[in-house]
Amino acid sequence: MKKFLAVLHARNMEFLRDRSALAWNLAMPFLLVFGLAFTFSGGNKDIYKIGIVGGMDRMVSVAPKLQSTQYLEFITYDDLNKGIAKVKHHQMDMLIDVSGTPKYWVNSSSPNGYLLERVIRGTEGNQFERQTVEGAEIRYVDWFLPGILGMNMMFACLFGVGFVIVRYRKNGFLKRLKATPLGAFQFLFAQLISRLLLVMVITTIVYAGCNLFIKFNMQGSYWDLLLITTLGAMSLISIGLLIAARTASEEFAGGILNLMTWPMMLLSGAWFSLEGAAPWVQNVAQIFPLTHMISATRVIMNEGATLSQVMPDVWILATTSVIILAIGAYIFKWE
Amino acid sequence: MSPIITVTNLVKQYPGVLAVDGINLTIPKGICFGLLGPNGAGKTTTIELLEGIYQPTSGVILYKGEPLGTRYREEVGIQFQHTALQDFLTVRETLKFFEQLYQQTLSIPEIIELCSLTDILDRDTRKLSGGQRQRLLLALALVNDPELIFLDEPTTGLDPQARRHFWELVKLVKSRNKTIVLTTHYMEEAYALCDEIAIMDKGRIVSQGTPMQLLAENFGDVVLQIPAADSINKLAALGIQAVETGDFLEIRTNHLHQTLQQLLEHGINLDQLRIRAWTLEDLFINVTGKKAAA
Repeated sequence: MKKFLAVLHARNMEFLRDRSALAWNLAMPFLLVFGLAFTFSGGNKDIYKIGIVGGMDRMVSVAPKLQSTQYLEFITYDDLNKGIAKVKHHQMDMLIDVSGTPKYWVNSSSPNGYLLERVIRGTEGNQFERQTVEGAEIRYVDWFLPGILGMNMMFACLFGVGFVIVRYRKNGFLKRLKATPLGAFQFLFAQLISRLLLVMVITTIVYAGCNLFIKFNMQGSYWDLLLITTLGAMSLISIGLLIAARTASEEFAGGILNLMTWPMMLLSGAWFSLEGAAPWVQNVAQIFPLTHMISATRVIMNEGATLSQVMPDVWILATTSVIILAIGAYIFKWE
Repeated sequence: MSPIITVTNLVKQYPGVLAVDGINLTIPKGICFGLLGPNGAGKTTTIELLEGIYQPTSGVILYKGEPLGTRYREEVGIQFQHTALQDFLTVRETLKFFEQLYQQTLSIPEIIELCSLTDILDRDTRKLSGGQRQRLLLALALVNDPELIFLDEPTTGLDPQARRHFWELVKLVKSRNKTIVLTTHYMEEAYALCDEIAIMDKGRIVSQGTPMQLLAENFGDVVLQIPAADSINKLAALGIQAVETGDFLEIRTNHLHQTLQQLLEHGINLDQLRIRAWTLEDLFINVTGKKAAA
């Protein structure tokens, strides 16, 4: 324990005293959140989103003209309530149920919903039964905040741990530690906890700081949010440790880290929703811890999901952390 | 005295390079043992095998009669040739950090005193001079009050004053009944510090013993130096072999009295006569055929 605390303290000091890196770690997420909040504040979307319950084939036979109208994006749902929730939060402009008597749902305060209603009446007449839901719009900023913070955590975890350990190995610091009674697991665990503490503190500061100006939509529990983000950060740090377990080449480690971060950035739903994407893309995205962290964070914040509702994500993140960390510690080499 | 380290048939084979080729060594407790050799002779590989940092391809290393185990890590102190420390920590914090990695340690004030670190305690370790840095690295090697200390070329790159200061520290450490294994390519350093030396070349030990013993074995004679001036022709007439080194002639002889008499009888001026002792430098060249570092 004494050894673990010594390594933890030394690494924390190193990070906190490296002013330029610290400033960058804090400034970057602030800039991203404010920059994107400003850029997308209009919420302009050229494509109208329509959810379909009952299958696309049936939709084609029930409403062929609407189906062939341009600038509409159709997303199928199996669960009617999930689709209704989307309309409620303005994340979808209209939901159509063709499984029984044709019905559609619009949000009575959504301008896009109003326009789509005009379109559906114009193309398909009055065969659809009208249903309305009430609910305030979830701003784009509320949707992308978990993505931005998640992505920033991903970079801080993967590069912060991966590069640091490769640097230690390259300059001989790990070899010096090998000459002491310090164990590999003690060392790696201290690196993990150090990075976890720093990432969580920085993310909390950024969240609280941004929240002063852009009041975020927070429907769920902050404790649940803390649990999910902690587990998410742990699994990402474990990946960083695994990548850095053996190599002494910063170039090689950098390549592998990029290879990990780019697909995660694009496919984890940080920047855009994968709802309309091909099923295989959605399946691939499930491999990444970031996907689970961001989706769980979004439902907690925007839909007030409870811990039991996000339990599958909790388990996936916890299990991946333990497995990847164990592999990393097993294959770790000091030099 | 009982050996602290016993090495039998030690071999380290890297792809295409036989770095250590069947070394046998016994290092008694309480001495300073010097491992000398030209660059690439296998000194660092040998010392790092002894330190337990790398595994030998074959051969046995015993510490106090037992294979290197977890106790070894607690009881040895190591100063590598190249090492880095955690950035952004001061000398004091670095000492504290290493102290916490061991069960038994010297007290920090004692180490600070021993290695003359008082003036630089609050300095960032990246801002130390070469000599200060080597003193800190020695302090880190001593933090666990080790019985056996490895120093791999500890004074390479230091100015003469810093080097001599470091030697004083090593002598101080030695006076505490510690065993020191030192690699160096400064012969003067080996002569000043080592009780026993082994000269390595191409992965093998080519000569081993106390410095005096080795010099006596390799050089039974003495060297006389006289100004070259006009003596060279007279010497040739006498049939005395002399080698010209700069402005001097060097004469090697096993019979000093007789040679001096001969020179006097033939009117060779001995006012500027010098008798030069053989040094480890000469020994090094003699056994490896290479020149040691200046």
